[in-house]
Amino acid sequence: MIGFVLRRTLEAIPVLLVVFTVAFFLVRLAPGGPFDSEKRASPQVLQQLESQYRLNEPLYSQYLDYLGGVLHGDFGPSFRKPGRTVSEWIALRFPVSLELGTYALLVALAVGMGAGLLAALRPNSALDHGTMSVAMLGICLPGFVLGPLLVLVFALWLGWLPVMGWSTPMHKILPSITLGAAYAAYIARLARGGMLEVLAQDFIRTARAKGLSETRIVLRHALRGGVQPVVAFLGPAAAGLFTGSFVVETIFQVPGLGREFVESAFNRDYTMVIGSVLVYAVLVVALNLVADIALALLDPRVRAQ
Amino acid sequence: MEKPADSNTEQGASLGRDAWRRLKRNRLAMAGLVVLVVVSGTVVVGPWMVSHSYETQDTALGATAPNWNNWLGTDPLGRDLFSRMLYGGRVSLLVGLAATAVSLLIGVLYGATSGYLGGRADAVMMRLVDILYALPFTVFVIILMVFFGRNFLFLFLAIGAVEWLTMARIVRGQVLTLRHREFVEAAVVMGLPVWRILLFHIIPNTLGPVIIYATLTVPSVMLLEAFLSFLGLGVQPPMSSWGLLIKEGVDVMEEYPWLLLFPSVAFSMTLFALNALGDGLRDALDPRTSRD
Repeated sequence: MIGFVLRRTLEAIPVLLVVFTVAFFLVRLAPGGPFDSEKRASPQVLQQLESQYRLNEPLYSQYLDYLGGVLHGDFGPSFRKPGRTVSEWIALRFPVSLELGTYALLVALAVGMGAGLLAALRPNSALDHGTMSVAMLGICLPGFVLGPLLVLVFALWLGWLPVMGWSTPMHKILPSITLGAAYAAYIARLARGGMLEVLAQDFIRTARAKGLSETRIVLRHALRGGVQPVVAFLGPAAAGLFTGSFVVETIFQVPGLGREFVESAFNRDYTMVIGSVLVYAVLVVALNLVADIALALLDPRVRAQ
Repeated sequence: MEKPADSNTEQGASLGRDAWRRLKRNRLAMAGLVVLVVVSGTVVVGPWMVSHSYETQDTALGATAPNWNNWLGTDPLGRDLFSRMLYGGRVSLLVGLAATAVSLLIGVLYGATSGYLGGRADAVMMRLVDILYALPFTVFVIILMVFFGRNFLFLFLAIGAVEWLTMARIVRGQVLTLRHREFVEAAVVMGLPVWRILLFHIIPNTLGPVIIYATLTVPSVMLLEAFLSFLGLGVQPPMSSWGLLIKEGVDVMEEYPWLLLFPSVAFSMTLFALNALGDGLRDALDPRTSRD
């Protein structure tokens, strides 16, 4: 098990290096620069800005320099938002995204597992078909459709919740639901599928034959196997939730890293873009690793491989 | 799967006929099919039938609620929403199909080559796919679109490049089981070049799973396009796409909610239909995983 974790961690290093390299050269080779919009800047000022940020050195030496800095946790200064370093900006913005993602994950798990189990216990009943149709609808209502609709109904028409912002718990309800809904739908479908598969197996028949109560069979025997597809999905899902909130953060004006990233991409803030991309990549890799470990813990067959 | 799914020369229960029978019994999938035919028919023919252009502005008119002249109303610039939705639907569906085709092309060729070559080449090629899987792709698509301009061709390429990974894995798995079958060995013995064997003997036999996955790729591609357009990175005004219309609707939803509601319904309904059809096809073409 320790070997497995160690090997997977080592494998992550080339992935992160690729991410950094691709991000660096993509951003640098693209036309346009961070100071294009400073229309009235004189050539001298531009030159000074460029030498201040070392943009006039050869690309490879910039790359090595920057890589060295990043390895020490230093992403350099932000190009467009002077006064704070990129690391400080990330430290400021990322926790907000993390909080939003956590709430959304909780919503997705609670709703998705509940609906999936309910549907699996009465397969092909009206309850099953109804739940699964709603789940499919959830997949077809992406954040940029669901979010505005929720705002329209609950904030503008009913006036129960605030339209946007991130200050009080009331502000956090709509963004969390918007972000979590599609994931709840996926989880419901996976949980139903996983449970149905397990419930058809021999050891469940044995449990039934022993005269165990249905509740006990489901909770003690079937659930452990049935949640495996959900666990496998949770790694990428959590990564998606923590990093995929560009739209939700934009709609609800949440001061998280997603909105900051899109903004800095528009502004060609090289260092902010590369910093955010790396944060996202580390997160994706780490969460996939956690999901794999969890799977290995749940299923001895995975461990043997 | 011995025969490609569309073999219709055979009498009796061919795979295609069998699949169609199973599909017909799936009411949700059939409903999806009907919706899709209606929607695509409307957006293909519709723009020639309507009297309003999708980009003609009438600022004096401004935003109006649905009425006899403008069936779904007009936006704040006085543009007819119905016409814009028809054109937008064309764009959204076109992006969906074209980008799926790109991902199909890359994924099938890559996966088939990797699976057929086997050995070290296969290991290296699949390792690359694993690495790409671990990348935060939305992030890269956003960077690509921001930094390299937002033109149409690029949109297809960027989306297609993201979506081919799973396709490659599926095809490779199929090819691994196919490449030691007699008909492939016969082709090898006949001295056919590798590309011929791949293109005419192996790939046609992987079509079943490929069709299923392609059907499910179309909605996810349309989602990505709409997502990019919503962030202002996809289709640019005065062009129209459903994602862009939804974004424009959000900006004015307090005063003119119908500008948000109609495009949202059209978009979600189409996605729903595509997903329902894709699920139905999977159950129909792959009886092992279906419920009946």
